[in-house]
Amino acid sequence: MQPARKRRIRLVAALSAAVMLAVALVYTSISASSEAVTPSDLQTAQAGVSYQLTGKVQHGSVRTTSDGVRFRVRDRDGTASVPVSYTGAVPDPFRQGREVIVTVRKKGATFVGERNSLVTKCPSKFTEDATKSQQKS
Amino acid sequence: MATVGRALLILSLVVAGYGIFASLYGVRRGRPEWVVSGRRAVYAIAALCTGAFAILEIAFLRSDFTFATVASHSSTTTPAFYKAAAAWSSQEGSLMLWLWLLSMWSSLVLYLTRKQLRRVAPYATAVLLGFAAFFAALLVFLETPFGLSAGIVAEGNGLNPLLRHPSMMIHPPMLYSGYTLFAIPFAFAIGALVTRQVGAADWIRSTRRFALAAWFFLGIGILLGARWSYSELGWGGYWAWDPVENASLLPWLTGTAFIHSIMIQEKRGMLKIWNISLVLATGILSILGTFLVRSGVLDSIHAFGASTLGIPFVIFIGILIAASIGLVVWRREALRSENRLDSLLSREAIFLMNNLVLVAMAFVVFWGTFWPLIAEALTGSRRALGPPWFDRYLVPLTLVLVLLSGIGPVIAWRKATASNARRNFALPAVAALVLGAALVALGVGDRPAALAMFVCGAFVVVSVGQEFWRGIGVRRAMTGERAPGALVSLVARNRRRYGGYLVHVGMAVLFVGVAASTAFNDARDVRMSPGQSTKVGGYVFTYVKPTSRITATKDGSLEKISFGSVVQVRQDGKLVTTLRPERSYFESRDTSLGPVGRFFEGEATSEIGLKAGMRRDLWAAMTPDKAALAPQIAQGDKVFGAVSGKLPPKVEAGLLAEALRGLARRYVADPPVATFRLITSPLVTWIWLGAIIVFLGGLIAMWPGERDALRRRAQARYAARVAQDLGRAPRGATTVAAGSSEARS
Amino acid sequence: MDVLAALVILVVVGGLVYVLSAPLRARDTDVRDENADRLEELEARKEAKYGEIRDAEMDYKTGKLSEDDHRALDRQLRAEAMEVLKAIDDER
Repeated sequence: MQPARKRRIRLVAALSAAVMLAVALVYTSISASSEAVTPSDLQTAQAGVSYQLTGKVQHGSVRTTSDGVRFRVRDRDGTASVPVSYTGAVPDPFRQGREVIVTVRKKGATFVGERNSLVTKCPSKFTEDATKSQQKS
Repeated sequence: MATVGRALLILSLVVAGYGIFASLYGVRRGRPEWVVSGRRAVYAIAALCTGAFAILEIAFLRSDFTFATVASHSSTTTPAFYKAAAAWSSQEGSLMLWLWLLSMWSSLVLYLTRKQLRRVAPYATAVLLGFAAFFAALLVFLETPFGLSAGIVAEGNGLNPLLRHPSMMIHPPMLYSGYTLFAIPFAFAIGALVTRQVGAADWIRSTRRFALAAWFFLGIGILLGARWSYSELGWGGYWAWDPVENASLLPWLTGTAFIHSIMIQEKRGMLKIWNISLVLATGILSILGTFLVRSGVLDSIHAFGASTLGIPFVIFIGILIAASIGLVVWRREALRSENRLDSLLSREAIFLMNNLVLVAMAFVVFWGTFWPLIAEALTGSRRALGPPWFDRYLVPLTLVLVLLSGIGPVIAWRKATASNARRNFALPAVAALVLGAALVALGVGDRPAALAMFVCGAFVVVSVGQEFWRGIGVRRAMTGERAPGALVSLVARNRRRYGGYLVHVGMAVLFVGVAASTAFNDARDVRMSPGQSTKVGGYVFTYVKPTSRITATKDGSLEKISFGSVVQVRQDGKLVTTLRPERSYFESRDTSLGPVGRFFEGEATSEIGLKAGMRRDLWAAMTPDKAALAPQIAQGDKVFGAVSGKLPPKVEAGLLAEALRGLARRYVADPPVATFRLITSPLVTWIWLGAIIVFLGGLIAMWPGERDALRRRAQARYAARVAQDLGRAPRGATTVAAGSSEARS
Repeated sequence: MDVLAALVILVVVGGLVYVLSAPLRARDTDVRDENADRLEELEARKEAKYGEIRDAEMDYKTGKLSEDDHRALDRQLRAEAMEVLKAIDDER
């Protein structure tokens, strides 16, 4: 086989592999991802579907249970809130007033958090006004 | 002093603008004095930024709360080391650090290349000054570190206790050093493109060390983050595929591809478009990484809040991308390959595959990280991907990468024949497969991915070992040295090669550690009372007894109250180790809470009980059930509240301390149930060990000073031989040798 | 803005102007200097070429380059080295 032809075959093979990888990536990212929502979005949530909920832990709503924690998540700038029942590791920075990310599934009137999916955002590093947030909490 | 600091930053911006003009004017009009002036502008900015940064640091160390940033990120009770580091824990302080590091590294490279690259360097200077101008503009117009506090501030907010860890403080300077150092090959690449010098390898040679240093520092920064996460956070993992983690990994991946790929351009004049694309992408990804951390665009545990910096960064990155693509297309003629790929079984092909794998990995990480934004742009709803998605693609790609790193150093150039393939690969392949078979016999076979990684890792180690062995043999044949001496001189005289081989070994060890600790760990979350035990991964963890302590700062005020436990770990009845995990509670500044209760609504950190070992780590974190303490806390609040305000402050402080001590005693006497996270994880230490080997190898590869008397003599011999071949001696047989030492002095 | 700050800033600005304009004021940009730099660049290229020759020899001795390939590569690299030497001679 002539070298030029060999090179072209190689190029086509490499490009095809790249395209296949890209297609696989895109396809699985669509199916494997969960919708990122805020509590107000969850008013129209469907049961059994997995959502990635972001919001603030509502003051006074935290209750420790035997294997996890129950709390309410409210909109970052708003009042809509939803109850979450979570089992698993609770991150160190977790407390009321903090922003959290948790994967949840609707079950009846409450949202069940996926095990070990709770992430608490590291507070105060680059927030504009630490004193302001102190007064809020 | 804040005014001076502000002025220094404004001057930096002005000087940057002047420097860009001077460099470009000088190089286009052929007026070298203007080019020199432009270079001096870089030195000047380094000096101005050093001054500004010093002012900021001094303000922190003196706890000068007239500076707003000091008031919000430090306090008089913060230890000195963390006061200094708190300077860059803020948005504006970290931008200042970035600018300062950029100006210092830029000054260094321009000083070192001041006599070379005369056509390229002015453009590189202009690009670097452009970066400096951008960051200076951010600091002057949007996020100033020299803003003044609104009123008189008696005490600052203090540094978040989660950040009070040495590696957390070194982590940002390391990362920023990596990012800013990658700006240098980027700038020189732009210069080389503009001046059509991309074909030659000169611009690569001069900036190669900086690319390597960038890779080195960025790698350290990433590793420190992982290590901190593992040993300080109550989660027990070291990597979460968090957007900010990914953002720092992206330029590291393309940077790794770059430092490998340039070897092919140097040796065979191939892969020029790859190299230029990789270096430009790495520079852009570094800026992207810097942007992602502080923009709040993606949901991340490192959520640094939405900020006003998003739009300027996006515009800047857009300009960089457009300029890069435009220049590459414009100069594509100069980027033609000098040679062609002869065979898929050749070192050139392996390096090309290496590029492909690393770029594929970068693409996967990029896609997964930005998917929420892409999805939102395409479908209107934001979507998020979890770690399993990343693992699915990156595990096979990493396996291929490790395999390539074992084949690459050993495979022949141009075309590997069957005979030299046999000679080079027989031993490593056989050794790896034998190990694989042994591991399957030991039951590792039910985790195929981990098994594959162990086999590949073994392949790399044996293959590199063989290289060292052969190299020593060559040296001994040349000089008759004994093996240890031969090893030392071999490495010393081929630093890039053998340093690089060491890096491969380190990466193999690291990935073996990752594979083992991911596939074979055992983690349990249990609630235990004193006396209870749990079985985890073949060990028995027993909660022996509770502990509590109160930590005061140096000047007597209360820093934190800690509730802990003593946990004994046994295997087959024998005591292996005793762990002491703790949870520490820091005072909240919220005055609406009771004086005792305030401690339990502030920051909380975990002290991990960790016993690391070569074979496995034993890891424990605990959280006491705060709810059970609530009645005692409420009691303390009531009792204390009754007397507060009625007594002199010193007495009050003493009573508060007594109340807390009572609480601590009560905790030990009547402990509530505590939740434990217990993990046994094999070979985690291999990750840190592998990282150390990687960085050692990197240092060796970077080490300057390949000139020494022996080498000069050898060169003189070569010169004579070449001259002999030419058929005549150069003007005076000693001219060349004398000329070399003359030019070098 | 207090007097001390103003003074410091003035001094800094003065220093900047002096440092940045010095090369412009120094009229004697020696062409000779440029020649010496070009020479140094060529010397660096020569060193790099010699490094490549040694690397190729190392590759051959450790089995990554066949004897024929090494001979061809060595010849090519030495030819390139000769070019650089010629350029150095011409520069002088």
